[in-house]
Amino acid sequence: MTSMNQPFLSAVALEKTFTLHAQGGQTLAVMRGLDLSLARGECLVLAGPSGIGKSTLLKMVNGNYRISGGRLTLHFGSEGQGRDGRTGDGPDGEEHDNGRLELADLPAQAWHVLRRDVIGYVSQFLRVVPRVSARDVVMEPLLARGADEQESRQRAETLLARLNLPERLWSLAPGTFSGGEQQRVNIARGFIAEHPLLLLDEPTASLDAANRDVVVSLIQEAKARGTAMLGIFHDEDVRDRVADRLLPLEGHMGTASEEKL
Amino acid sequence: MNDFTHSAPTSEDCSASGNNDSGQNRSGYNNSGYNFAYLDEQTKRMIRRALLKAVAIPGYQVPFGGREMPMPYGWGTGGMQLTASILGADDVLKVIDQGADDTTNAVSIRSFFERVAGVETTTETARASVIQTRHRIPEKTLSNDQILVFQVPIPEPLRFIEPSEEETRVMHALEEYGVMHVKLYEDIARHGHIATTYAYPVKVDGRYVMDPSPIPKFDNPKLHMSEALMLFGAGREKRLYAIPPWTRVESLDFEDHPFEIQAWDEPCAICGATDSYLDEVITDDAGGRMFVCSDTDYCQSRREEVA
Amino acid sequence: MNRPVKACPGPVHPAPTRPVLTRPALLEARDITRLYGPDKGCQQIDFTLHQGEVLGIVGESGSGKSTLLRVLSGLEKPDAGQVVYHSDIDSSAGQAGALDLYAISEARRRALLRMEWGLVHQNPRDGLRLGVSAGANVGERLMALGQRHYGRLRAAGQDWMSRVELDPERIDDAPQTFSGGMQQRLQIARTLVTQPRLVFMDEPTGGLDVSVQARLLDMLRTLTRELGLSVVLVTHDLAVARLLAHRLMVMRRGRVVEAGLTDQILDDPQHPYSQLLVSSVLTP
Repeated sequence: MTSMNQPFLSAVALEKTFTLHAQGGQTLAVMRGLDLSLARGECLVLAGPSGIGKSTLLKMVNGNYRISGGRLTLHFGSEGQGRDGRTGDGPDGEEHDNGRLELADLPAQAWHVLRRDVIGYVSQFLRVVPRVSARDVVMEPLLARGADEQESRQRAETLLARLNLPERLWSLAPGTFSGGEQQRVNIARGFIAEHPLLLLDEPTASLDAANRDVVVSLIQEAKARGTAMLGIFHDEDVRDRVADRLLPLEGHMGTASEEKL
Repeated sequence: MNDFTHSAPTSEDCSASGNNDSGQNRSGYNNSGYNFAYLDEQTKRMIRRALLKAVAIPGYQVPFGGREMPMPYGWGTGGMQLTASILGADDVLKVIDQGADDTTNAVSIRSFFERVAGVETTTETARASVIQTRHRIPEKTLSNDQILVFQVPIPEPLRFIEPSEEETRVMHALEEYGVMHVKLYEDIARHGHIATTYAYPVKVDGRYVMDPSPIPKFDNPKLHMSEALMLFGAGREKRLYAIPPWTRVESLDFEDHPFEIQAWDEPCAICGATDSYLDEVITDDAGGRMFVCSDTDYCQSRREEVA
Repeated sequence: MNRPVKACPGPVHPAPTRPVLTRPALLEARDITRLYGPDKGCQQIDFTLHQGEVLGIVGESGSGKSTLLRVLSGLEKPDAGQVVYHSDIDSSAGQAGALDLYAISEARRRALLRMEWGLVHQNPRDGLRLGVSAGANVGERLMALGQRHYGRLRAAGQDWMSRVELDPERIDDAPQTFSGGMQQRLQIARTLVTQPRLVFMDEPTGGLDVSVQARLLDMLRTLTRELGLSVVLVTHDLAVARLLAHRLMVMRRGRVVEAGLTDQILDDPQHPYSQLLVSSVLTP
């Protein structure tokens, strides 16, 4: 089945609200009525002024934020469906056909699998794990899938080299690295496992021009493999080079900064 | 079981006579003023019942209502209560301490039973029907009409690692014996070999781990498939246990550090025996020493044979 | 398998198929209550731990998380409810399946604790035998399982000491000569040497210096992944929970007030108490 034109990720009337119990149960509506459709091999870039809360959508797709309303759906190819008789374990137990998976209210264990196999996330900042070397940070997503250690190491080093991270840093924990160096470790970690869906949260923010180019080519290669990407890029140059479409968020996002007091 | 009951009927007769406490109803021990073999008949019956249970469950520690004996704990009160309970008028008693018939403790216990039971005593292993012992098993192989009674200081082999009696009972019940090997492991780690040389733990009939009392490990093989009944009594802790005749008794070990008994480079300096457990005897202040049989009867009988 | 294992640098990847999203259940808490007094202990706890999952139980002291851990790990019978363990031992003998932890015999339960489960205490002194060497500590569970070869026991001891980053040369040293962090690593080696399927950990990094904690956390993460362990982890430290746990249960006054994916609980807590707990910590 050629599925390049069908959406891999879709959102319909997506909503996100926060209820702040410490502030008398105040409710912040940060997103409402958002629709989107993202196909394989496509890079959709979120557009809107800074501070509008673009990361919110990425965090919803990655499972960090719960979905308050609407639907957020992954569309899998159908050939794997039913091979083992399972239809997933959505809370309602409904039998989706065509591999549709609603992300709202998925149990935690389903998220582990999705993050390991389907959804990759390159966040703006590296969450530094003490004592773990840059190389190991990058390898981890592969090891989590049970990949061969030697091969994983090789691929990690290839990526780090490509991102111009000096070899002497590979064995060090990134805690003491500069922002740009940490960012590159983070990018390598995000791209190594070639997830079918990548969430990119300003991956080039603290990079120099040369390394921005490397990231752009990584994104273009991912696209060519069929990776669907949802990204936030403030750098207009990078955005123009990677975006297939822009997703305007204005009108859908509550201005959280005003409401938050 | 034959061995076990063989001495009992006499005491039962005694109790049946209805003169439990007079101590005067039999000839031969009328000077003591005590019941035959010191303990009253009800106590002896209670201990015999406990002994039957012990025989039925080899290696299992049976609690019993221990009595005060006219000597301090640690001098063999447990063994003496067992001996008193199984002794009959026809029995011939031998008492050894570290293999010797002539040490203070052995002489005292022997004369005690001569006085309160009027039984014949001997130092000859082969002639004895009941042998009470501290820290040794006679060299001469015992037969199925003999009973060996051990004096036991600490009956619980798991006590060194687990102070709670409740817990050790559960450990026995569930056969949680891994810690016994922890101890042996530690021995090898520290000394390069299993340095436990006495009270070496055994597994009885493939089930209960048991402390054989502080006999040298040299004697452990004699427990295995012994013809004679082995009884163990701990007076302070009021526990008794048994190894019935023809019971498997294995000393715990590791595959690559198998159980071994002590060996000496020289024979007994007195009788020339090469197969007995030897004591080191210091002969002068200049460091002179010799090795002689710890089993005095064995040593003497060998000399008599030669002579 | 229907998941993209490794990248092939080739052309377009095939359309991803839906991965199997469920894993087999390993341990179930069914409506567990164990109370010492009103709201003291734990009540009406219900959850399923899946194979390979690390479940963090968080909450402040007195919230009932340690009581729950004791009930789950077979040390304390609940007033009501069941702990069900999905055992795969004896499966050839047809005895596989669900074991009701407090309905099986004590013998079976203790055997389970010894062979398939592990318990890591907050204070390593509670989990170690201080009177015997490090090697004997590591070897004990193997000996309990019937390992009777000194050389192999020793090799396993050294191997595991290396895995928890202790100097294998110190195999004959007594645990008293080790620092707190080293003792904790020794306890972990002693627990994991039999490759248990399920490990309970009670504040495993509590009482350790921050730098020592970090080292231990990293080690636990790696071991958990390599051994495919399922873990129930009790901690009051949300940073520890973030690093180790896939999933969190937030407890308060003996009850679970919120449960879910760790990131979700920490980034988007729903319950007022969870929000309070998360907001009172510096960036977990």
